[in-house]
Amino acid sequence: MADKVKLLEVNRLKKYFHAGKKKVLKAVDDVSFYVYKGETLGLVGESGCGKSTVGRTIINLYKATSGNVIYDGMNVQQKLSVRDLKKYKKKMQMIFQDPYSSLNPRMTVAEIIAEGIDNHAPGISRERKMEKVYQLLELVGLHSSHANRYPHEFSGGQRQRIGIARALAVEPEFIIADEPIAALDVSIQAQIVNLLRELQRGKQLTYLFIAHDLSMVKHISDRVAVMYLGQLVELSGSEKLYANPLHPYTKALLSAVPLPDPDLERTRERIILKGDVPNPLHPPCGCRFRTRCPEAKAICAEAAPEWRETERDHFVACHIYSACW
Amino acid sequence: MEKILSVENLHVSFYSDGGEIAAVRGVSFDVNKGETLAIVGESGSGKSVTAKTLMKLLPKQNSIIKQGDVKYGGKNLVQLTNRDMEKLRGSEISMVFQDPMTSLNPTMTIGKQVMEGLKRHRTMSKKTAYTRTVELLELVGIPDPGERINQYPHQFSGGMRQRVVIAMALACNPKMLIADEPTTALDVTIQAQILELMKELQKKFQTAIILITHDLGVVANMAQRVAVMYAGEIMESGTLDEIFYQPKHPYTWGLLSSMPKLHADRSLPLTPIPGTPPDLSHLPEGCPFAPRCQYALKVCHQYEPGKTKVSTTHTVSCWLEDERAPKVKKPEGIGGMQRGRQSKIAGS
Repeated sequence: MADKVKLLEVNRLKKYFHAGKKKVLKAVDDVSFYVYKGETLGLVGESGCGKSTVGRTIINLYKATSGNVIYDGMNVQQKLSVRDLKKYKKKMQMIFQDPYSSLNPRMTVAEIIAEGIDNHAPGISRERKMEKVYQLLELVGLHSSHANRYPHEFSGGQRQRIGIARALAVEPEFIIADEPIAALDVSIQAQIVNLLRELQRGKQLTYLFIAHDLSMVKHISDRVAVMYLGQLVELSGSEKLYANPLHPYTKALLSAVPLPDPDLERTRERIILKGDVPNPLHPPCGCRFRTRCPEAKAICAEAAPEWRETERDHFVACHIYSACW
Repeated sequence: MEKILSVENLHVSFYSDGGEIAAVRGVSFDVNKGETLAIVGESGSGKSVTAKTLMKLLPKQNSIIKQGDVKYGGKNLVQLTNRDMEKLRGSEISMVFQDPMTSLNPTMTIGKQVMEGLKRHRTMSKKTAYTRTVELLELVGIPDPGERINQYPHQFSGGMRQRVVIAMALACNPKMLIADEPTTALDVTIQAQILELMKELQKKFQTAIILITHDLGVVANMAQRVAVMYAGEIMESGTLDEIFYQPKHPYTWGLLSSMPKLHADRSLPLTPIPGTPPDLSHLPEGCPFAPRCQYALKVCHQYEPGKTKVSTTHTVSCWLEDERAPKVKKPEGIGGMQRGRQSKIAGS
């Protein structure tokens, strides 16, 4: 694919939260990446690394502290007119982790899905609207007879399907899926992941897939970005990242995933990281990973490594690789 | 191998407004000294209820052990009085729960909580109990145990808290440890630390572990034997290799093939198990998995299959094992396939 178009560009995005007097939590600190049209970019990291904050800032649920988000040529972090903002929000939707708390328990499924249609196609006739609701329900593998039921009547997997139908109601181009399968059972996870992939093919959707399950992320993503304590450490094509991880954190993360294959588990050598993720209120100076890094050197404490492209589409932030460039 | 616990034909039910919920239906298994038995299953399969029954931690108001025996050291735990059970809990059998945030008391120091078990089950002076607690904290890898002993749970991270919970469970050198999703709430890198710690301690003290989990990766890493549960029954049980490389039950096939493999071709879609787990208060007749099983025969919807012994260690309950059933080949990509081409994996 030579003619890949960048649909979303995130430039030096920062999002700081104020946590009490003089304390600043740098949840996202200088993150840059782009998403090509029609691809899935996976964003992985441990809890508290800021991956959800990135997603929420992109979709404008949070105002960025600095940096900008350029969607289809439009800078969406600057002040937008109401009309532009509405246009932008129509193009982008979010699927949430918890299918229990993300659906209003007092609304029927039809109302939940129709809300989006109402907002973005006002004045649509009731018949057309319900027709669309039924279509959407069938698209996500539910039945049109489910339309008048309430969320509590559905299982977790089915609720997640409702959440997906709601997101699709405004015919978005870009979907941010924030841990969409984490709360589901193993046998149901595969159903939802297959559904997301089918929808992507059918509707040319672009996904930002946020998750902590590396096997699932590899399966669904074309490219994968790895985050640690508010910063990206590595970004590359998914096959390449898993076959040839550069950053010591990526290596450790991959080797920590237990695989469902006993022979492999017996022979594998694990890189076990020492200690915990440092407190994000007081991240280590220099490279943030250096306190747990098995390959840390003196320079890692002095300066933060630069985010650079070592080869086409393979970015890494680590001093080991900046020396040879 | 020395058998230390054996569960025979256990039935546990709950009562609610909706009627009886048969959460565990006819579960039998043995645990040997120093080994890890993994019980895998999805939520609602009855794996946690089984574990809680062994410890007799089920709520009294609405649950009942309808039938079955839990034999441990010449005693039947089902018939044990509360007082006798209290003597066993923590000293001979202990438990590690999923969420280290809620299984510690936020108003007590870590040291006091670890010491609680020691004081109850062992006669020792305050001073020895204190030294022993510091030793235990050191054993589970907590840095500066002398200082950390006086801190409260909120001053510990999730992984450190789970280490404390493990220290508490191991305080009296129990013969058996029941770990209910011990790493589910933790991040992958911390999970790797905790699993490693559990294996190390098991080797040292020859503790038998019942590991309850839904993560087949964790099973492959930890267990020697596996029982696969679905809708309150054990569908298949066997050694680790039998379950992963020669699985016989369509549900086990489904579980194994619905998981993405880190080293598999990602252009192929995953093979999910269709449908959803059954409602335990309205179980279908016959095999509980039949409505989701693509190999289901007519008989599956009417009669429960019996247990078939595939080998001395491998048991499966499925009609496909009956000699009159048509021969079905297990789906591709399960078992034998991964063997032989295992070296091409990142991180190994």
